[in-house]
Amino acid sequence: MKPIRIGVVVFPGSNCDADAWHASELLGAEAKYLWHADRDLGGVDAVVLPGGFSYGDYLRSGAIARFAPIMNAVERHAARGGLVLGICNGFQVLLEAGMLPGAMRRNDSLQFRCQMTHVRVERSDTPWTCLAREGQVLRIPIAHADGNYYADAQTIAHLERRGQVLFRYVNRTGQPDTAANPNGATNNIAGIINEAGNILGMMPHPERVVEGLLGGEDGRYVIGSLIHTLQGGAAGE
Amino acid sequence: MFQADVYVTFKRGVLDPQGEVVRASLVALGFGGVGGVRVGKFMQVDLEAPSEDEACAQVDEMCRRLLANTVIEDYRFEVRPAPGGGGR
Repeated sequence: MKPIRIGVVVFPGSNCDADAWHASELLGAEAKYLWHADRDLGGVDAVVLPGGFSYGDYLRSGAIARFAPIMNAVERHAARGGLVLGICNGFQVLLEAGMLPGAMRRNDSLQFRCQMTHVRVERSDTPWTCLAREGQVLRIPIAHADGNYYADAQTIAHLERRGQVLFRYVNRTGQPDTAANPNGATNNIAGIINEAGNILGMMPHPERVVEGLLGGEDGRYVIGSLIHTLQGGAAGE
Repeated sequence: MFQADVYVTFKRGVLDPQGEVVRASLVALGFGGVGGVRVGKFMQVDLEAPSEDEACAQVDEMCRRLLANTVIEDYRFEVRPAPGGGGR
């Protein structure tokens, strides 16, 4: 089987790039760092925009990173149907770049939230969740100050109707109640995909829970699904 | 030289968690008349442009492309000749 190559973009201020690299390698892919100032992706099959505080998160989270030279190549890759995963700050970059709809506000608590969350898999017929079951509850941690997802009512209705909400904050029994919402996100949204399904943005960090030593393995469902898809496994099988 | 004062605030209808906390604090301090507070950003941009109209057009584009996220934020700005009057 040909090796799957995953590129992890390194912006100044990224701090989950090594975790994303490690998780990719651990699950059988060949990981490669992509420097923010580079202009091509060096032939990788998928791109991860990792968590952190790109460019210090000055002005707004992700606002400066979206103009990094590498982002033109990431946008071209996505336009060709290539897979792009934005985690936490990476999700914020995708929103600022307009590659996913909506925007992030400060958490409603005004606190930086670093905690375990439960998220429900809303669909299993995507490249990102093909190894999970629809309705499955995953334990994945968050660590952010700006994760309060917002889009106008029309956009939210559109996302819900098209099945673009992929992960939702829920309680242990899978109910998306207010207490399970760590940041005030509209409709408990934790992660969304674009209409084509090849771009995923999510606030929780799957790369932090890929081995028991780190307190959980549920992140394997996300990164493992990505690798499985690239190896030619059909989504939703 | 021109100088632009740029103000960026959340759109009406978008919850402003910081503004809400500041409002509650003002009420707690006894300012019972406070109805609402919006916390925003103020930026001052010095720029060269051939005319004030051109400076306004440039600042407007700056706001749309970078200084504000128009999904959740509104912006407004005022442009005037820079204090000291372009002596550089």
